[in-house]
Amino acid sequence: MEFWKQLIPPFDFQQVFVEPWTEYLDSFLWIFAMGFLVTAACGFLGTFIVWRRMALVGDAISHSVLPGIVIAFLVSQSRDTLPMFLGALGAGVLTTVLIELIHQKSRIKTDAALGIVFTTLFAFGVVLVSLYGENVDLDVDCVLYGELEHVIFETPVAFLGLFEAPNSVLRMGAVTLAVMVLVAVFYRPLLLSSFDPGLARSMGVSPAVIHHALMALLAVVVVSAFEAVGAVLVIAMLIFPATTASLLSDRLPVILGLTLLIALLSAFLGLHLALWLDASTAASISVVIFGMFLAAWASRCVTRVAREGFRR
Amino acid sequence: MTAFFEYVARNVVRRLGSFVGLALAPCRSAGKRCRIGLPRRGASAGPTKLVESASVTWAEAPRYVVGLALALLVVSSARAAKIGDLESLDFGEQFARFFTLQDEIVRLALLGSVFLGVSCGLLGSFIVVRKLSLFGDTLSHAVLPGVAIGYLVSGYKDPVAIFVGATLAGLLGTVLVQLIKKTTHIKEDSSLGMVLAGFYGLGVVLMNRIQAMPTGTQSGLDKFLFGQVAALSSVEVWMMGGVALASILLVTVFYRQFLLGSFDVGFARGLGLPTGLFHYLLMLLLAFTVVVSLQAVGAVLVSAMLVIPAASAYLLTDRMHRMLIIASVFGVLSGSLGAFLSFFGNSLPTGPLMVLASSFVFCLCFFLSPRHGLFSRWRKRKTRDHRILNENTLKAIYHVREERGFVGEGVGLSQLAERMGETAEEAKRRVRELVSAGLCDIQESGAKSEALLNPDGWLRACAVIRNHRLWELYLTNQAAYEPDHVHDDAEVIEHVLGEDTVRRLERLLDYPSQDPHGKLIPSLADLQRSLVKTPSPEPPSGYRMPGS
Repeated sequence: MEFWKQLIPPFDFQQVFVEPWTEYLDSFLWIFAMGFLVTAACGFLGTFIVWRRMALVGDAISHSVLPGIVIAFLVSQSRDTLPMFLGALGAGVLTTVLIELIHQKSRIKTDAALGIVFTTLFAFGVVLVSLYGENVDLDVDCVLYGELEHVIFETPVAFLGLFEAPNSVLRMGAVTLAVMVLVAVFYRPLLLSSFDPGLARSMGVSPAVIHHALMALLAVVVVSAFEAVGAVLVIAMLIFPATTASLLSDRLPVILGLTLLIALLSAFLGLHLALWLDASTAASISVVIFGMFLAAWASRCVTRVAREGFRR
Repeated sequence: MTAFFEYVARNVVRRLGSFVGLALAPCRSAGKRCRIGLPRRGASAGPTKLVESASVTWAEAPRYVVGLALALLVVSSARAAKIGDLESLDFGEQFARFFTLQDEIVRLALLGSVFLGVSCGLLGSFIVVRKLSLFGDTLSHAVLPGVAIGYLVSGYKDPVAIFVGATLAGLLGTVLVQLIKKTTHIKEDSSLGMVLAGFYGLGVVLMNRIQAMPTGTQSGLDKFLFGQVAALSSVEVWMMGGVALASILLVTVFYRQFLLGSFDVGFARGLGLPTGLFHYLLMLLLAFTVVVSLQAVGAVLVSAMLVIPAASAYLLTDRMHRMLIIASVFGVLSGSLGAFLSFFGNSLPTGPLMVLASSFVFCLCFFLSPRHGLFSRWRKRKTRDHRILNENTLKAIYHVREERGFVGEGVGLSQLAERMGETAEEAKRRVRELVSAGLCDIQESGAKSEALLNPDGWLRACAVIRNHRLWELYLTNQAAYEPDHVHDDAEVIEHVLGEDTVRRLERLLDYPSQDPHGKLIPSLADLQRSLVKTPSPEPPSGYRMPGS
């Protein structure tokens, strides 16, 4: 029994829920903001990714940006945003190109091509990290489950003279805003090409252009979320909000709104879970999201059974 | 009960023997093929064919068994040596240390990679042909919480507890994917991604907890993420061996069932095979493989070891049993290479190195595979284009000669150029190519040079012309084309008609001598004699009105 007590620490309401919002508000607020922004950007975009059956492409891209980021670090010898973005974008583009190449030039099916390309690039990236880890200020843990908490170690930068915020939070905020604005502006073409590519083409919307634009946007979001949540957990942020919302509603605007709500709730609960268990924040957020999905799924099953029972 | 075991044992010996025999004798069973990628044809070969291909040809089995035994003997009889001199990282020393196999760690690591390669290759092949590649990825991430729980229950890094926990977690993940697919509208790729990420997150939280515990820092669980082959214990290696043996046995015993289930589920069900049962058997084996491979490759990259060697083998062969063997060999090769490389670096994780080694093998196959490789296909296309060009030149020479009633042997290059619609230089270059192919000679007389076909060249020219005109006649007479619509089709097909097809066309068209345009179709008999025409009153046209 002693053992299990060690595993699950005692729950202290004061420490878990009150102190972060009073005593440590300055640093905690930014962690919370970062968690929410990452989940929101991923979830919002993820709605379309899930509908277009590109969920595992997101997984592949999130893995294969690693060598791009490491090489950018090595070349530029800095943690500047721009080289990192370029490196990761290059790796993302390389991934899609390689998958297409293998799929078209040989008899290998798309799923196997995906499995080959992203694992190879990821393995390459991991070897680079373990060889030059000290130089690039990036370690394997960060790759595996991200370091959302590290936001507080950054020196805050002033934003338009209004308030001061850590650089990565500002960047993530910009990306989130950009995703929402782009989705809002191109809402109709996105909707059309996601649900009826034929109709979209006949109305002058090219599904290929939309597809590639979406891939590029996905790469941008994945890259900016990479440091916060790592390579694997991005996929949780991408898929869970969309699927959970789609269990609760059938209308796209409602689903998009729900993903934001889910992002807010899961960031909030996930942070407190991480505080309580002293675990990785990104992993805790994905556990919470997973739990929310299971709850939504169970409630749907229950209502369906109840409705059928009522009909009889 | 004993009868059952006897049956299984006999089956195992027979299948193993025939399996190896078939793999070693590539051309023996040319008629009994079950091609990958053509499910219908494989199915129509029927159960009898499949049984036949697995019939006794085990003359070569002993050789294989002896080889395996020898290898094991070498590995196990190598002198036991000191452990723990890991700090001596001189390249030469490590090299010697690795290849003399004196070190217990090296031997375990190598044996582990061999077992890993075999089981991953076997199961990965089925995963790849069943298009379940990403399923392996999900499974490998989903076992993580099971690993942590196995550790928690046993209190230390007990391989058996971790094995049980991880297998249960993997199976739970599998069932969850199926359940989500069945009860909601969520598509399979999303449900795979959800189980992957959700379980992985859970596993990471549990592992963080374990590391926060007083005993947790030495848990060594972090090695489960990227693998460390040097940390393999002997129990783990024997568990890997057990899983490898189990996969070999089950795959050989139920080879036919797995094969049918992979390519034609409907047909398998029609035969009364419990396809669902075999699917789950495969999934169970897959879960076992993933779980025992964790220590060596790590959870994040096991799926690569499943997919990449199998995909490389898929590029090399069309036959399933050969693919299984080649994939295992590739798995063993890249596993050992990865283990070897990770011994050089101080703390290099093994998994990524193994994956890079297998990707290297894949690249080689992708470019150089004799049948499906990019480079070989490019070369094949190149030679084919060259051949078509040569055949067109031959045809032009024939036409020039035909226009003047086959009088005179030589064809002037200027006439040829005019006929082909090319410049004189181009015509000369084309003829030179014929010369280098040994089909033609150039006769220079003053300013005028002539192309002279030798007998080989003349035969080839006549053959191409015959193909062309036979096809035109076939299109007009049998397929009811208008005679002025057939030329373009024939222009393409003349280069690819085989001898058999030509014979069948001749029979079908009743050995014609004239094409729809009233021109001669040079038959075999015509080739022997001179074609110089003796004027005949009215040449009968070979064209028949459709329906008449």
